Amino acid sequence: MSTTAVPDVAVAPVDEGFWTRTRKVGLVLLALGLLATVLFGVLATGEQARFTLSEDAAGAALEINGTVGAVLFGLIALAAGGAMLVGLPKRWFVPVLAVGLIAFVFSFLCWQVSAAPTGQNFMPLVNIVRGTFLLALPLIFGSLAGVLCERSGVVNVAIEGQLLMGAFSGALFGSISGSVWVGLLAAAVGGSFISLLLAVFSIRYLVDQVVMGIVLNLLAVGITGFLYERLMQTDAAKYNSAPRFSNWEIPLLSDIPVLGPALFRGNIFLYLALLLVLVIHIALFRTRWGLRTRSVGEHPTAADTLGVKVLGLRYRNVIMAGAVAGIGGASYTLALFSFTKNMIGGKGFIALAALIFGRWSPTGALLAALFFGFADQLATYLGAINSIIPGQFLAMLPYLATILAVAGLVGRVRAPAADGKPYIKG
Amino acid sequence: MEPGEIHALLGENGAGKSTLMNVLYGLYQPDEGEILVDGEPLKLRGPSDAIAAGIGMVHQHFMLVPVFTVTENIMLGAEQVRGGIAGFLDRRRARREVAEVSERYNLRVDPDAVIEDLPVGVQQRVEIVKALTRDVDLLILDEPTAVLTPQETEELLAVMRSLKAAGKSIVFITHKLGEVKAIADRITVIRRGKTVGTASPEASRDELAALMVGRTVRLTVDKAPATPGEPVLEIAGLVVDDDRQVRAVDGVDLTVRAGEVLGVAGVQGNGQTELIEAIMGLRPVLAGTVTLDGQRIDGWSTKKVLRAGVGYVPEDRSVDGLVKEFSVAENLVLDMYDRPPFGRGLSLRPDEIGRSAAERIEQFDVRTSSADAPVGTLSGGNQQKVIVARELSRPLKLFIAAQPTRGVDVGSIEFIHSRVIHERDIGTAVLVVSSELDEVIGLADRVAVMYRGRIIGVVGPDTPREEIGLLMAGITPDATGGSPDDGTVPTATTDPDVAATADADVSSDAGTQAITDRDVTATTDGVAPAPEGSEDKKA
Repeated sequence: MSTTAVPDVAVAPVDEGFWTRTRKVGLVLLALGLLATVLFGVLATGEQARFTLSEDAAGAALEINGTVGAVLFGLIALAAGGAMLVGLPKRWFVPVLAVGLIAFVFSFLCWQVSAAPTGQNFMPLVNIVRGTFLLALPLIFGSLAGVLCERSGVVNVAIEGQLLMGAFSGALFGSISGSVWVGLLAAAVGGSFISLLLAVFSIRYLVDQVVMGIVLNLLAVGITGFLYERLMQTDAAKYNSAPRFSNWEIPLLSDIPVLGPALFRGNIFLYLALLLVLVIHIALFRTRWGLRTRSVGEHPTAADTLGVKVLGLRYRNVIMAGAVAGIGGASYTLALFSFTKNMIGGKGFIALAALIFGRWSPTGALLAALFFGFADQLATYLGAINSIIPGQFLAMLPYLATILAVAGLVGRVRAPAADGKPYIKG
Repeated sequence: MEPGEIHALLGENGAGKSTLMNVLYGLYQPDEGEILVDGEPLKLRGPSDAIAAGIGMVHQHFMLVPVFTVTENIMLGAEQVRGGIAGFLDRRRARREVAEVSERYNLRVDPDAVIEDLPVGVQQRVEIVKALTRDVDLLILDEPTAVLTPQETEELLAVMRSLKAAGKSIVFITHKLGEVKAIADRITVIRRGKTVGTASPEASRDELAALMVGRTVRLTVDKAPATPGEPVLEIAGLVVDDDRQVRAVDGVDLTVRAGEVLGVAGVQGNGQTELIEAIMGLRPVLAGTVTLDGQRIDGWSTKKVLRAGVGYVPEDRSVDGLVKEFSVAENLVLDMYDRPPFGRGLSLRPDEIGRSAAERIEQFDVRTSSADAPVGTLSGGNQQKVIVARELSRPLKLFIAAQPTRGVDVGSIEFIHSRVIHERDIGTAVLVVSSELDEVIGLADRVAVMYRGRIIGVVGPDTPREEIGLLMAGITPDATGGSPDDGTVPTATTDPDVAATADADVSSDAGTQAITDRDVTATTDGVAPAPEGSEDKKA
């Protein structure tokens, strides 16, 4: 709870010896690079691997000989790993790691694309990028809901339930009113309803926050499932045919190759998600509300002694989080599909993983969500070209990465100090 | 309180000093009574009301967010913002203000340093700057010197004097008499939630101590000179890390002989905890050896160490020493539950456990409603006695007591101290670690001072406090008082200056008040009786 008595002896720098974190990661990267160069290089065929900038085989494309590409990118990863092993200034750590990992992925893709059945030796980048964002969308909303909640010290395991409730209320009230905007508002209210319960029980009645979150997820599945069968299915035209947001094309920006069609011809949810990441990031680190939120999540007693209303702030943040997740749920029912039972299917838990992988920061959560989305999309693509790598194996990787991240292998992951701890005055 | 006055609030642990001040700071609500500021009653609904009324407080446990910078901590709750409703933080202005205040009062802090990287003394400075930026007239310092070295304490006293010169009033809460006499203009003594008297700083230490605990305190620990025998515990070149993999014990050599008490003094957090845990097998030994009676015990499991004849009173009984929900009887057999007579095969023998518990409750004067009462319901002193009873019931070669009397009332302290000395006298080697220098000096036959993971000196208990204080701050004089680690330092009677405060730090035992308050006040100048109830700001 409090800053403990730590004399300056404790702040002496840690002597890690030769095997610093950079060197350890470098070694792993070196191994990946070696794998890419040798294995992918051998398995790749001499076919051209085409990365088309459009949605099909036609049009402009980046082309490279499969074997050459696999080996070349493998060598880049190898070089990045080597640089880390030799010794690298701290500020170069992240960029070099990123280059190494991306090179590894491209080496893999060169192999896969070149080894695909004849006529399918291409990868439509637009599809991949667009699919990545589409699959990441609920994760972005969900993990932002997690950021809002957990930065103020309340664990949000109920993201799944909030997404589901948002999807359901969006569909129901959107259908009844015939207005997408009413639907959107209802979705936010629906998500807030679940998080209000979370707030009341965990803040007021001090129920264990994780247990409460799980119970709320089950509650949301129950309520929406019941109403879906008893209400929506009786008259789907009336209750489950919500209008949908159309895509808005942003002039000029939408003409950018690859990114334009993927990012600037989307619907309101895509824009809203990106905007929210930006707004929450700025608010959290640059405003009074953000400073207070973080202080309440780290050391609520200290905040209290300075006149910050700890419980009030937590209530507000948890409810806001529910609204954000609710809108995320509506990104299904007000844009893509009509409501079906348990349609979120665990995305809320994946959002929770993205939150942790992104180290409780909005931008980190965005990147983690995109990474998860990309892996998902790649799995679909590999299925389509009959790859020898099972799509399921690829779909598993993000979670493996999360476990490694949580285990502290990729730098220290530190949750807000008071996360999950109820604040009792006095 | 008068403007520009330093008012010391003196009382033993648990006397209600902190509670009173928390009421004054709006953290707790008074059940009865009122607070007057400039003659006006003040109603405090929360700390923000107190801050608005010009009251600032530096808490005993610092109220700083470890991952925030100094500036962020100081601006929290009173943020300078621009951009209207959006409330963007104006860090530049805040930083300027921090620099200005720290310069004006000569409190050096780096506005951009992150709190968790700062030493305690500096963190405390940040707390004071935090209060000053809020324009307080009255500053409450709650036990500010508990975590400081004597030198840091000197610095703090200088800061307090300069604040006083600037017209600020200060309430200085403490149980250390020396500091009070050094700085206070007026002293109020609190006992069991009541004001028992006010005194001027001219009052003698004995008078203040008596007022504080309500009877003439025993100023020394009675003991005969030690007759040290063969070395029992030998530690050589011990290296241990703390939980964060930071070096905590860095090459310690120590010897404890049979029939002597070795006291380890030092400011908390200089590796004492890790040293003890390493001996007990609770923490891996990275280098060096621990030898018990000629046998290497480093790398042994804790159970094996205990069974080899080591008794251990851990420093935090609520975390390590007891299972609070278990009964007194169960806690008394935690060490031997699987051995005869308490265990047989797979089952426990409740009758044996109960019989032995009854015996030891009697023998160690544990005040409990029954042997079946959960140990968590006992007072701190009685909980500690349960641990001591358990640990001293085995035949021991070595007895290790870490902070043996922390949060324990005076009666229990005397009892525990006498048991420690008794253990020494029957030939056990005793290692006592305490952050209370007076306790170490009172008990030990030799005092080892630990600083930054090393033993920087081993001296006799008759060494002047100031010298030990310097050692605690890491300053080694050219010639140390005692001869280091030869085990032959003679036991002398305790230094009178030290003796005066030896037991004054601690809570009183209700039962036996040798003299009443009025007895004290009647016989001493400068100590005026408190009119019953008039200043009684009961929390």
